[in-house]
Amino acid sequence: MLRKTTTALLTGAIALTAGSAAFAAGHEPMSACLITKTDTNPFFVKMREGAEAATEALGIELMAFAGQFDGDHETQVAAIETCIASGAKGILLTASDTSSITPAVEQAREAGLLVIALDTPLSPADAADATFATDNFEAGRLIGAWAAGQLGDEAANARIGLLNIAVSQPTVGVLRNQGFLTGFGIELGDPNRWGDEEDPRIVGHDVTAGSEEGGRQAMENLLAIDPTINVVYTINEPAAAGAYEALRAIGRENDVLVVSVDGGCPGVTNVAEGVIGATAQQYPLDMARLGIEAIAAHAADGSLPETSPGLDFFNTGVQLITDAPVEGVPSISSAEGLELCWG
Amino acid sequence: MSDGHESAATAADTVAEFHDSRRGFARRLQHTLHVTPSLVPLIVLLSAVVGFSLLLGERFLSPFALTLILQQVQIIGIVALAQSLVILTAGIDLSVGAVMVLSSVVMGQFTFRYGLPPQIAVLCGLACGALCGLISGMLVAIVRLPPFIVTLGMWQVVLATNFLYSRNETIRAQDIEANAPILQFFGERVDIGGAIFTNGVIFMLILALVLAYALRFTAWGRHVYAVGDDPEAAGLSGVNVRRTLISVYVLAGTICAFAGWALIGRIGSVSPTSGQLANIESITAVVIGGISLFGGRGSILGALFGALIVGVFTLGLRLAGADPQWTNLLIGMLIIAAVAVDQWIRRVSV
Repeated sequence: MLRKTTTALLTGAIALTAGSAAFAAGHEPMSACLITKTDTNPFFVKMREGAEAATEALGIELMAFAGQFDGDHETQVAAIETCIASGAKGILLTASDTSSITPAVEQAREAGLLVIALDTPLSPADAADATFATDNFEAGRLIGAWAAGQLGDEAANARIGLLNIAVSQPTVGVLRNQGFLTGFGIELGDPNRWGDEEDPRIVGHDVTAGSEEGGRQAMENLLAIDPTINVVYTINEPAAAGAYEALRAIGRENDVLVVSVDGGCPGVTNVAEGVIGATAQQYPLDMARLGIEAIAAHAADGSLPETSPGLDFFNTGVQLITDAPVEGVPSISSAEGLELCWG
Repeated sequence: MSDGHESAATAADTVAEFHDSRRGFARRLQHTLHVTPSLVPLIVLLSAVVGFSLLLGERFLSPFALTLILQQVQIIGIVALAQSLVILTAGIDLSVGAVMVLSSVVMGQFTFRYGLPPQIAVLCGLACGALCGLISGMLVAIVRLPPFIVTLGMWQVVLATNFLYSRNETIRAQDIEANAPILQFFGERVDIGGAIFTNGVIFMLILALVLAYALRFTAWGRHVYAVGDDPEAAGLSGVNVRRTLISVYVLAGTICAFAGWALIGRIGSVSPTSGQLANIESITAVVIGGISLFGGRGSILGALFGALIVGVFTLGLRLAGADPQWTNLLIGMLIIAAVAVDQWIRRVSV
């Protein structure tokens, strides 16, 4: 009896699979995949909105995947495998682990999919067909130059704390950090690593996981090392909000410059209210839209996306947002930033 | 603070006695540790403080730095107290972090989305924690599912609910401060000569003492130990096992909700992505605190010491300029050492 049931079930399942495969072959709508680090961070939520809008406009099907948490590499590998199996034309990928993901990306490219890295370049960058990202080094350089301009002559005696994302030093964090130091006028050690600089103005680096909790704890740690810190670089605006709470706890919120990167709406509001001095805004909606358009173009005639002049990726733009502009550092006001913000 | 049912046995009229022929120092130490299970983590904690003070001097041994550790561990400390209760009943709660963050989101969203008075929203948040605990408790006590599985499921359910309900929105610290300062109540500071205590820290310390008292001197506390040690024997001796288990999970859920309230005080904002590792970190604190994962053994104060040990090593190594990974490596070794010591102490009763 049980055996019969099993056989019947199996037959049914096989028939169903065969049927859906035949349907897919006959129907063949073009599909594309979006794989983000998480589906909880507003940045990726906005990215998904951009991809959904673009696929709808072009009549493509979108399959969206995300890791369970920031750094969830296994789920991303499984997502790439699923995309290959589903016959998608291309993948937009924000990789959690930029180097370990490359074999899976290789597999997808061999299967004929166009793989575009969004936001976070792979290592090596040419492991993907193209990269659509914020120029993270430039984002860092802008806030660094702004901070130095704000301090004027005092920049020579600055006490700097740097709040990064993780000890694993993902590329996006390294680029922003080194960009900030360069903009501020500090000599780098190895440009591909933070934390090896010799400049005595640097109090220390700590890691935040890009969250409010992490930002607060890392700021407290650095203040315990040197309570006179007066410039704080943060990897993103949640970390900046956490750092501000730690500064507020010791009554120093008004004499410390906090700079950040992201341009999310809560972050831009924090610029308007003086919590953050300046932030570099990026445009996730454009990243996803341009990525989907590139996949459609590639599927149509095999064309590959171009890179921006002088860069090895397509720059989706970055703008400094501050209400205290510094000469020589182009910026827009927080009011203008709020028009363009996400999340 | 001695372990309830063990000392009850030693204090009882001597029906039968075990005479130990080996009366060495190690044996006496073993016996002392056996009747006072929170002594080991306390010794480790004090040694760590002394060690880092010698290494770092003024930077570590200042009222500011020492009370900073309290502030940094307050959230995990409160959650670890909830975790201890569940572990004393031989269960485990993997959903603590999720319950904490959902409760904080409820407090924030009920205030800002529905315009409820913040006091009511806080009560709703606490009720949310209690409800999550009630669901887990009923599944464990009445449906008789293993706590590990129940809370593994609840962790996913509650976390997903948190993200769906909050729409991943962060409520900014400045908005909370302007419209609902009570949400940040646990973040308010008391400054005593450079030593900074927040309401959250004070709450954690008081809660630990209250729970330690309740576990040691009330019938309910006895029942918790008895259920954790041997539920069948406890049932036969008249303990209402189901009710005790459910009460523990509801209380743990409520404490997690308080941790959620304290979390708003600590980070200023309501952020749905907080507390992702609170379950693992709280279990770590409990294990280092010498509470047996097999249930029925250990003092809840140990969990507090466990959380503080992690905090001391984290800040101490950071100030010493070590890579944060060394902290993780050391904490991992401490976990294993704590269980090894626990096993050695248990041999006293063999």
